[in-house]
Amino acid sequence: MINIEIDGLKIEAQDGAMLIEAADEVGISIPRFCYHKKLSVAANCRMCLVDVEKAAKPLPACATPVTEGMKVFTQSQKAISAQKGVMEFLLINHPLDCPICDQGGECDLQDLAVGYGGGETRYSENKRVVKNKNIGSLIATDMTRCIHCTRCVRFGEEIAGVRELGAIGRGEHMEIGTYVASTISSELSGNMIDLCPVGALTSKPFRYSARNWEMQRHPSIAGHDCVGSNIDLDVRDNNIMRVVPRENEEINETWISDRDRFSYEGLNSKDRLTAPMIKQSGEWQRVSWDTALAFALNGVKELVGRHGAEHLGTLVSPSATLEEMYLLQKLVRGLGSSNIDHRVRQLDFSDQNRAPAFPYLGQSIESLGQSDAVLLVGANITKDQPILGHRVRQAALFGAKVMCVNSVDYKVNMPLAEKLITDVAGMEAALAGILKALLNMNKIAAPSGIDQLLHSVSISATHEKMAANLSKASHGSVLLGLSAASHPAYSTLYALAECIAELSGAKLGSLSLGANSAGAWLSGAVPHRTADSASSNQTSAGLNAIQMFTAPRKGYFLFGIEPEFDSVDPVVTTQSLKDAEFVVAFSSYASTVLSDVANVFLPISPYTETSGTFVNVEGRWQSFKGVVSPQEDTRPAWKILRVLGNLFELKGFDYMSSIEVRDELKKCLGDIKLSNKRAWLCPELSGNISEQIVEIPIYGADAITRRAVSLSITPDATGHTIVMN
Amino acid sequence: MAESKLHLLSDESKGEIDTWIAKYPKDQKKSAVMAALTIVQDANGGWLTQELMDMVAEYLAMEPISVYEVATFYSMYELKPVGRHKICVCTNISCMLCGSDAVVSHLKDKLGIGFGGITTDGKISLKEVECLGACGGAPMLQIGDQYYENLTPEKIDSILDNLK
Ligand code: SF4
Ligand code: FES
Ligand code: FES
Repeated sequence: MINIEIDGLKIEAQDGAMLIEAADEVGISIPRFCYHKKLSVAANCRMCLVDVEKAAKPLPACATPVTEGMKVFTQSQKAISAQKGVMEFLLINHPLDCPICDQGGECDLQDLAVGYGGGETRYSENKRVVKNKNIGSLIATDMTRCIHCTRCVRFGEEIAGVRELGAIGRGEHMEIGTYVASTISSELSGNMIDLCPVGALTSKPFRYSARNWEMQRHPSIAGHDCVGSNIDLDVRDNNIMRVVPRENEEINETWISDRDRFSYEGLNSKDRLTAPMIKQSGEWQRVSWDTALAFALNGVKELVGRHGAEHLGTLVSPSATLEEMYLLQKLVRGLGSSNIDHRVRQLDFSDQNRAPAFPYLGQSIESLGQSDAVLLVGANITKDQPILGHRVRQAALFGAKVMCVNSVDYKVNMPLAEKLITDVAGMEAALAGILKALLNMNKIAAPSGIDQLLHSVSISATHEKMAANLSKASHGSVLLGLSAASHPAYSTLYALAECIAELSGAKLGSLSLGANSAGAWLSGAVPHRTADSASSNQTSAGLNAIQMFTAPRKGYFLFGIEPEFDSVDPVVTTQSLKDAEFVVAFSSYASTVLSDVANVFLPISPYTETSGTFVNVEGRWQSFKGVVSPQEDTRPAWKILRVLGNLFELKGFDYMSSIEVRDELKKCLGDIKLSNKRAWLCPELSGNISEQIVEIPIYGADAITRRAVSLSITPDATGHTIVMN
Repeated sequence: MAESKLHLLSDESKGEIDTWIAKYPKDQKKSAVMAALTIVQDANGGWLTQELMDMVAEYLAMEPISVYEVATFYSMYELKPVGRHKICVCTNISCMLCGSDAVVSHLKDKLGIGFGGITTDGKISLKEVECLGACGGAPMLQIGDQYYENLTPEKIDSILDNLK
């Protein structure tokens, strides 16, 4: 620790810290534009000049390391006049268009100009004008406003991992741009909007729609991937106007993915379902809640009466809330059916009885970022879980050996130490090769059955290098991604990865689909477990997400599901639904296919309009409140399920709040073991696999995102130049 | 992935660039970017196309934008066609105080072009540059590798006459 004094205040600062960090630590604010705690120091704006004792000239606080006994004055005559001078320079060319600038009211330059700007300009020359660049559907540019802090440029290089914006030209002619017209492709690009201290980069979808002082800010949790990024929802007139990150060092730091930021557009899509509806002789009609619920009740009762409860199938979106999933399974199990599942993209369920309590990352998100070797198995981590991709990338930049075994050559934004691209069938052999290399190398006794299993497996140089990297690592991580979970031999891949992790001392982890796969497992939205026995299995398991369609049921509950997207085989799924006698759709949207197959629509609130909880991939329970009231006759689903439970005369459906639901579940679950450990059982290699994996489009994972227009025209959504093997 | 531009690189330029790459540590190939751009520019009649910059980026394993940044920052790189002789006139402070305005207007009159222009026969182009570090001989200009100092109208005429 180093002792310094800022404005007479004696403080202790970290060795090697910059003055600005030390000052921030104790809440002394030094004006700045280019400095950002998550980016490298550029020291090019000079706004942070401060007066340091014994220094002849003012020094930039963001680039001056603290030294013992240093005395700093941020408010002295010298400091203030230096800062005023810098501000005067910045304002030579900055336009005076605050009234029509979206940044107005939340602009660093505007704020600091109030403090340090002169009332009048001394320049009579024309201001410079810079042409705006079209860099895509998410970010609007007004480049005349740019003050060349280069935060956006550094962000591209250091965080997004793709250098797309650059500083072109120099001196008075310098411009920030792409040089050749091109669209920003990073999945984290929206963060540049937050970073830009002026109105040069603003949100295109949000443009001109609200002023920041007209909105109320409410904390929430992003509902589109298993990370559970912390967000703020900005609300005006009961409308979500935009989404911005809420800092949480343990999860998303100061960032969020573009999916979490711009999906809100889908909330107000034209096909939002806002009233209960029933279908009678092929005609949809809007009805009251009482009528709709009675209709659903009778339909289901009749069906169960005619065919038995085992003829009921329930499919729930992995992005539903914990409370919704818990009540839904309680309802259908109360009716006598265990055919409930959320694993809409899975093909191989054979080891479900041995699965851990929920698909767990195997460590915290922060800890993942400290890995020194990472093996990605069937994972497009950059696009599927951008925030986790960012953590792994940071690890890679610190020297971690990142490796992948994939059936698609995904574009990644980080250096890969090794890469193995094979066809879907070859995934097993690839992992088996690494495992065998690992055994050979470390001369360790293989778990039972493995020697025989690996007998005819051949090892390549890549297998060996991967094995070596993992065994050398002191903090290795082996991650199974979404495409692994959709693999026809998922259980084998899992077991092989498990064995690789075990033998190399690495942590095994799963990346799961949607915002709440973890919650789905815990709450019993799986056919073989209930919340009371989250890690032990029911004696007779119900049908899984595939079985309930290949052995079609007579009736279905669909919860947040769009059959044409949330299914590995949309044709079979849709046909089974069409053939069914009665389908109850809990949905926020009335899509064509859903209208076609359902008999009753119960309009449910998306996560912005209901309270609830998402459990993220680390097993972290994050509850949130509804921040806008439900649209028209939409209702929070936990309330609808409560009413239905009572209508069916089931016990234990008298909840006063969603918190009660959550707490009941929590009590049921007791201590949840955060672990992926299980007893060893040797897998079998399946050999011939002919199925293909249907990749989930990055902006197609849930119903809200699918309707976000601006996202749907980004290069990630349209370009999709992936090569299938 | 955009298609490869490496076919645009001649063996000769490649050889020259490789000698520059060899001067830097193995993992710092990109340090050779300025030399590479100069070599490629010379081989292309004095200017750089976007394709050529992309090619340099690819060869040095850099992001294209980083190469554009370098090429647009330094005044010795040209992003538009130039004449066979590029006359760079310094108009920075010392030269200005010693009469660069007159040098500029003389050149403009004589050649019938302004800054950024090329004579119709494609022989000469004119460019305004900042201090070239020859203030002692101000006003000055540069053609190719050669500095011409203490300029007068007569001296300029004879320089122009001697250009092939
Ligand atoms: S666009 Fe914004 S973030 Fe980028 S350099 Fe300009 S002012 Fe800074
Ligand atoms: S914040 Fe220190 S120079 Fe910009
Ligand atoms: S000012 Fe012209 S060479 Fe220095």
